[in-house]
Amino acid sequence: MHELGIAFHIIKEIDALAEEKSLSSVKGVTLEVGEVSGVVPRYLEDVWKWACENRSKHMSGCKLTIVVTKGISYCKSCNKTYPTLPTGRKCPHCQSEDTYLVEGNEVLIQSIQVDDESAE
Amino acid sequence: MTRLRTIKLNESVFSSMKKDGDRVREELERKGTFLINLMSSPGAGKTTTLVGLINRLKASHRLGVIEADLDSRVDADKVSSLTGVPSIQIHTDSLCHVDSGMVEEALKDFPEGLDLLFLENVGNLLCPAEFDSGSHLNVALISVADGTEKVTNYPKLFRYCDAVLINKMDALPFFDFDYEKAAGFLASCNPRAAILPISAKTGQGMDEAAAYFEKAFQNWRK
Repeated sequence: MHELGIAFHIIKEIDALAEEKSLSSVKGVTLEVGEVSGVVPRYLEDVWKWACENRSKHMSGCKLTIVVTKGISYCKSCNKTYPTLPTGRKCPHCQSEDTYLVEGNEVLIQSIQVDDESAE
Repeated sequence: MTRLRTIKLNESVFSSMKKDGDRVREELERKGTFLINLMSSPGAGKTTTLVGLINRLKASHRLGVIEADLDSRVDADKVSSLTGVPSIQIHTDSLCHVDSGMVEEALKDFPEGLDLLFLENVGNLLCPAEFDSGSHLNVALISVADGTEKVTNYPKLFRYCDAVLINKMDALPFFDFDYEKAAGFLASCNPRAAILPISAKTGQGMDEAAAYFEKAFQNWRK
């Protein structure tokens, strides 16, 4: 279960940040998941709650929000960009396979949401 | 009602995994230990290959083995009893791969001064390539019995590897495995990977494979 490893890693990072910044609890996490990152949002959502309850000190009940970012590729033969899905490595404009991925293979922890303890 | 505030991070998960891996590599460098991550599909002969390699290298090097499995310690016991080198079994607790945190934990239980440490990753051709284990050398093992498609269907793993061992070469006449096609595909998807045909059972190519690891270790130590 590949997404479980990703979830454990994210939780470890955020727990460390919570310790560092003395945050008692993290209420929400927003992730950017690239369409061709190999991480399936639905599977990540499935394991998230369990992972937060069992592997985290500061993230009990933490809400996960996933923003999917599109895969974009560049074709070196016709110098055009195209959406990576559905054709993948093959350029839909000129059918060349001399292409590379520009974005969409990343997973980013965009932000976390915490109690605003400074608020009145 | 409590108000929430947002802390922007924009932190890449994959690069922070890489950073964790780098930390383990640095620790290993201080100890002078070269970590070899061996990845393969289930049943390709990882454990037998490892035993053969260790028995060829143990006279001249201090060796250790980390065995990763979902459960049981069969592999660790087998490797230790057949080679006499220390082994540690880690359970990945339903995870499909080994990450650098698990390796970091396992390192605490090994004696100081190992030259080569082999990591037998979970039998899986997909996930281990996505998680940095802290290794210095990444090696894939496939077998003739797996079929040529084992090579063409998992390019991500093969692109990640420094070497590919093709096992069970003694059985080549009995299978449809197209060695030339597999080797050609490997060379096109990763020109820098060494391709080493072996048979862990008969010993064919095993001296050459052991020499490859010896050389990689010497190059790393320079």
